[in-house]
Amino acid sequence: MRARFWIGFLVVALAVAGGLSYFASSDPDGLDTVALNGCTVTETTAGEQLDGTCIAQNAGEHHTAGSPLADYSVFGGDGTVGLAGVIGVLVTLVLAGGLFWLLRSRTPNRRE
Amino acid sequence: MVTAMHMSDGLVNAPTALLFGAIAVVGLAFCLMRARADLDERTAPMAGLVTAFVFAVQMINFPILPGASGHLLGGALVAILVGPYVGAVCIAIVLLVQALLFADGGLTALGTNVTNMALIGVFTGYGVALLLRRLARRGKGGLVATAFVAAFVNTVVASLGFVLQYAAGGAGGASLGTVFALMVGLHALIGIGEGVITAATVGAVAAVRPDLVYLLRGTAPALVRKEASA
Repeated sequence: MRARFWIGFLVVALAVAGGLSYFASSDPDGLDTVALNGCTVTETTAGEQLDGTCIAQNAGEHHTAGSPLADYSVFGGDGTVGLAGVIGVLVTLVLAGGLFWLLRSRTPNRRE
Repeated sequence: MVTAMHMSDGLVNAPTALLFGAIAVVGLAFCLMRARADLDERTAPMAGLVTAFVFAVQMINFPILPGASGHLLGGALVAILVGPYVGAVCIAIVLLVQALLFADGGLTALGTNVTNMALIGVFTGYGVALLLRRLARRGKGGLVATAFVAAFVNTVVASLGFVLQYAAGGAGGASLGTVFALMVGLHALIGIGEGVITAATVGAVAAVRPDLVYLLRGTAPALVRKEASA
């Protein structure tokens, strides 16, 4: 019964990252919308070109833009968002689960 | 396509990035110290799963207006499920993974992003949930309503964090008034989505494992008693 809940929770997270992510909106989010306000965005071969005046023009190239998982893809491949998401869920689970497991307080009078 | 969704490098100047970097480090160190007391063999795996779940759900941008989307921040969600101290660490881990592996959220902007989402968002969500705790402990409907309201408020208040940082050392490109109005307006819409996702998630966990809902800890509410006898 206990295990069923944990497995169920993980399956939901994997399904969201690995499947539902294909249906995510690709429009800019709230913060990006504000940052892009005042600019028109043109997609060019060299990336996005911003014309006008907006906050996003100050944004720097990302330091980890060369990461194999950059922009939620696997090596930039089309249609790999689901795989990237699954990897992300598992990495996050191991990192967070490991940290929290190490941090947990051990009750001194526990009987096993 | 999943788009980048957090602050990039360069939107605020270096002193501001450093200041909020320091605030993030101090805040997270405090949370890590306090988190210990909230973690045991039952809640540690829960906190790991909640972190992975937030990573997953943050990938899902939902439309709010033509040409604009929003995504979960997760502050109230983690605060209600695993408590504010563990919760802040959960969100910080998500932001770290996104910045390091997925090129989402600048490395020099990590301090501002952690301050806004992991500290402001989580503690605002928790504060609202605490204010409504009597309602939350009255039953399923009360808990779900509490989760919705806490999540809505956490989204709007977290967005004010960016306005504050822009006011302190924004790189320019828009007036502070415009940034304030747009941030609050858009995040009020995103907050509705955040509220729905948070309410659904908290409701689902409480339906099967109310003992794992941090907000329901302590005084035995009807929800937990029902579980114990089942």
